[in-house]
Amino acid sequence: MFAKIHYYLKSFLFLELLKGMSVTGRYFFRRKFTVQYPEQKTPISPRFRGLHALRRYANGEERCIACKLCEAVCPALAITIESEQRADGTRRTTRYDIDLFKCIYCGFCEEACPVDSIVETNIFEYHFENRGENIMTKEKLLEIGDQYEAQLAADRSADAPYR
Amino acid sequence: MIAMLNSIDAWLSQYLHEYLLFTIYSAVKALVILLPLFIVVAYYTYAERKVIGYMQIRKGPNRVGPKGLLQPFADMFKLMFKEIIVPTNSNRYLFFIAPVITFAPAMAAWAVIPFDDGLVFSNINAGLLYILAMTSVGVYGVIIAGWASNSKYALLGAMRSAAQIVAYEIAMGFALVGVLMVAGSLNLGDIVNKQAGGVGHWFFIPLLPLFFVYLISGVAETNRAPFDVAEGESEIVAGFHVEYSGMTFAVFFLAEYANMILIAMLCSLMFFGGWLSPVPGLIGDGIGWLFGKTAVFMLLFLWFRATFPRYRYDQIMRLGWKVLLPVTILWLVVEGVAVYFKVGPWFV
Repeated sequence: MFAKIHYYLKSFLFLELLKGMSVTGRYFFRRKFTVQYPEQKTPISPRFRGLHALRRYANGEERCIACKLCEAVCPALAITIESEQRADGTRRTTRYDIDLFKCIYCGFCEEACPVDSIVETNIFEYHFENRGENIMTKEKLLEIGDQYEAQLAADRSADAPYR
Repeated sequence: MIAMLNSIDAWLSQYLHEYLLFTIYSAVKALVILLPLFIVVAYYTYAERKVIGYMQIRKGPNRVGPKGLLQPFADMFKLMFKEIIVPTNSNRYLFFIAPVITFAPAMAAWAVIPFDDGLVFSNINAGLLYILAMTSVGVYGVIIAGWASNSKYALLGAMRSAAQIVAYEIAMGFALVGVLMVAGSLNLGDIVNKQAGGVGHWFFIPLLPLFFVYLISGVAETNRAPFDVAEGESEIVAGFHVEYSGMTFAVFFLAEYANMILIAMLCSLMFFGGWLSPVPGLIGDGIGWLFGKTAVFMLLFLWFRATFPRYRYDQIMRLGWKVLLPVTILWLVVEGVAVYFKVGPWFV
């Protein structure tokens, strides 16, 4: 009986509706969390997995030894590697392609690499304008690696204690 | 200003026939009402995005112009230049006539709205009936749009919206019967003038339940959240106007928002004393009061949308037929008794 009266009172006095509206009313005056993207940016973790790069040693020798572990681990089959013996007897890649349309940015290639050659940078603002630009060739990857080496090394050393 | 208008009138009447002059004056008056209405509608959409954004702790549109103030114009130009796609096997004639049928009554209803004492396009006796008639013609546009689109989503949306509007129109009409019982007139200007004498004489006090019924069914009539099953993005994409694009869509949009403003204005006219000041001794009456009160109700529409989840279809029907209608009829009986025995300060 009392429960029924209580129910009718509650619904006819709009108590719950008013409670809901007071919540949205309060939130109206809250500080807004919008990040105005091109001007403001959120901080990026050193573990961020963006565009790929191939790194070199300090003496300029490319790190990749064509072990093809990344090609094997890649779940999206985005990596294609061909290798050859170089004149000095070491094995190096002749082709190292990553299809960015296939890549899911899981970071397994980076995990699998025994020489820290293939890495993912924190670049996430890039686009393609022509067909075929989605294939990152060895030259393009090495170029990105050369350009961002300082950042890459800093990110790796920042994350090193947790590995 | 008035002297200038009178001299223009005298000058024009030398050259033009009386009837032609009347037509021209009517057209000008209609423009004076409708053009600001379009601008208010445009900025109402902006206010909606802004208010709902703020309630969801984000900023809303702020890129086009300072603080995003030019956003409505950007939207308008986008819609104007978009292609109008006519679905295959749709009824082309009805497809294009439907937005007009929705839009025209939404605009026509503004003819009898008094903005100030005597400031009305057409001061007809049965103003309230005219408004009820005009707002209910709009539903034909919705039904025809749904049927003519040759799409199952549009048809379902139209069916839902038709049933919903029919259900809520009854409660709405009865709530207005309560108003005219107190006011003793169907003329909107008379209804407002009956509320003269400060906030205590406004009709929302003796007619509180009817006011809430009117507000709720007003929200339902305009297919707004939480009664927007006719659109129902999650289940029937956009309801009756899925197949409409470009300007035809914009016309539906315009009609919906014009109706919302109309309902808000009717609320303030019939229950909150229109242009009358709440404390007549201190501050004078004026058109500003009407606009202020209307703005509050317009904000309520947005606030509802930001707060309440959408009703299920059967819940809408239950609320309309089994809650609002009995409450209205009960209050009409109470009010009838009060009017008969001349109770209180309101029913004299």
